[in-house]
Amino acid sequence: MVGSVVIVGAGEAGARTAVALRELGFAGPVTLIGDEPLEPYERPPLSKATLAAAEPAPTIVRSRQQLASTGIDFVAGVAVRSIDRDDQSVRCDDGREVRYQRLVLATGARPRALSVPGEEHAHVLRTFADALALGPQLGGHRRLVVIGAGFIGLEVAAVASAQGCSVVVLESARRVMARAVPSPIAELVADRHRMAGVEIRCSVTVTAIEVSDGGGRVVVLGDGSTLDCDAVVAGVGAVPNTELAYAAGLRIDNGIAVDARLRTDDPAIFAIGDCCSFPHPLFGGRRLRLEAWRNAIDQGAHVARAVVGGDKAFLSVPWFWSDQYELTLQIAGIPDVAVDEIQRTSHNGAVIRFGLDGEQRIVSASGIGIGTTAAKDIRIAEMLIAAGAHPDPAALADAGASLKLLLKEHT
Amino acid sequence: MSTWIRACRADDIETEDVISVTLNSRIYAIYRSPEDDFFATDGLCTHEKVHLADGLVMGHVIECPKHNGRFDYRSGAGLCAPITERLRTYPAKVEHDDVLIDLGD
Repeated sequence: MVGSVVIVGAGEAGARTAVALRELGFAGPVTLIGDEPLEPYERPPLSKATLAAAEPAPTIVRSRQQLASTGIDFVAGVAVRSIDRDDQSVRCDDGREVRYQRLVLATGARPRALSVPGEEHAHVLRTFADALALGPQLGGHRRLVVIGAGFIGLEVAAVASAQGCSVVVLESARRVMARAVPSPIAELVADRHRMAGVEIRCSVTVTAIEVSDGGGRVVVLGDGSTLDCDAVVAGVGAVPNTELAYAAGLRIDNGIAVDARLRTDDPAIFAIGDCCSFPHPLFGGRRLRLEAWRNAIDQGAHVARAVVGGDKAFLSVPWFWSDQYELTLQIAGIPDVAVDEIQRTSHNGAVIRFGLDGEQRIVSASGIGIGTTAAKDIRIAEMLIAAGAHPDPAALADAGASLKLLLKEHT
Repeated sequence: MSTWIRACRADDIETEDVISVTLNSRIYAIYRSPEDDFFATDGLCTHEKVHLADGLVMGHVIECPKHNGRFDYRSGAGLCAPITERLRTYPAKVEHDDVLIDLGD
């Protein structure tokens, strides 16, 4: 019987772990340690509603009172400095030591540095404090340069342009969202940005950010040209926070390396959420590291079961979403595993690209539509992916063929 | 007090599915269960006000199309994270192929 659990990191994954432990009836001490001053909050709104809000407020996952009422010891504004695996304890920057029998690392990720001179003059977006700093920069008629055309950069661009900013997006790859989204879907998103007046420049590099005499910003590009603006936002990916685990001698492999049950090489220590990489049985054991809200929730719930004795592999299908303007993009599975794509255009206008691997097994579905019009199809596709189904490609392409029926045939 | 109001026709909804209706400028979700019984709830998720009718009905469960919160649409009970607040339900019945729901007071 496990006695005490310490969770390092009070983001979505860490908070969900603590709550799930109690929901499973775990009665031992649970300590949730976060280095931000706030209660656990949801990060997805930070690049969306929070930026546009007149009086931004965090979306709280669980309040201090709710955590306290279930006997969860929530320690805010405190960073864990080291792990003593022999003693099974963690040491914090305020001097306290907390002993554990099971340790869950949910240390998250941090914005990747631009690594150019003047990078400190660019905003980044990870925390509620970052959003509070950026929001006022997005008022009317200001000029914003966004570096990086990934989800975060494009979501900020959409909010800023809706607020009346003139926006230029700079991307070093040849197209937007190149890592995560099939090209035809990404192009629909890029078109929507252009329609809003956002200028998207691909295949460009940034070599420096300078401060102009008037207090504005000057972005220097690889070809020597410059862009004057009022503010710069960098969204060029995230780096997993692995230092604590590394210093404790745990294996790192694009994140804290865990097995399919989310356990590190030390059987008393687990890692979940943005900070960990785990092998996924659905994708041939390929090691994945996901920076995603739902993954954080699912892994939090999974690790809680593991802590109380569960030994199942984590099998959830990766799932992401992004809101830009009136459009919602949803992606299930891993699009870059696909060798073949099938497109379905639904009667409601939503466009879905299904990805099939070499054996015609469905491995991904990427959808875009107004509001959540693509959601139902993506959700069914997710279940087909989880089932390892080989659905008839003609039925996938036919908007008149019921996906729900396909699912019933395959499960 | 009961206030029965016509929401839609029964055959507007497929079995094991949901549609959205707007009545008195308020959004409702009307469900048809696998047993062809009809149910009604508020149309927006209690988590982030997403339109539930874009979500998937599986058995007696509606799943939010955005964040995958789940409710039993018969009782309104939230079944998993991130749901913390139950979904309001309304009595529903079929008369002459019309689905009626009781909006109460």
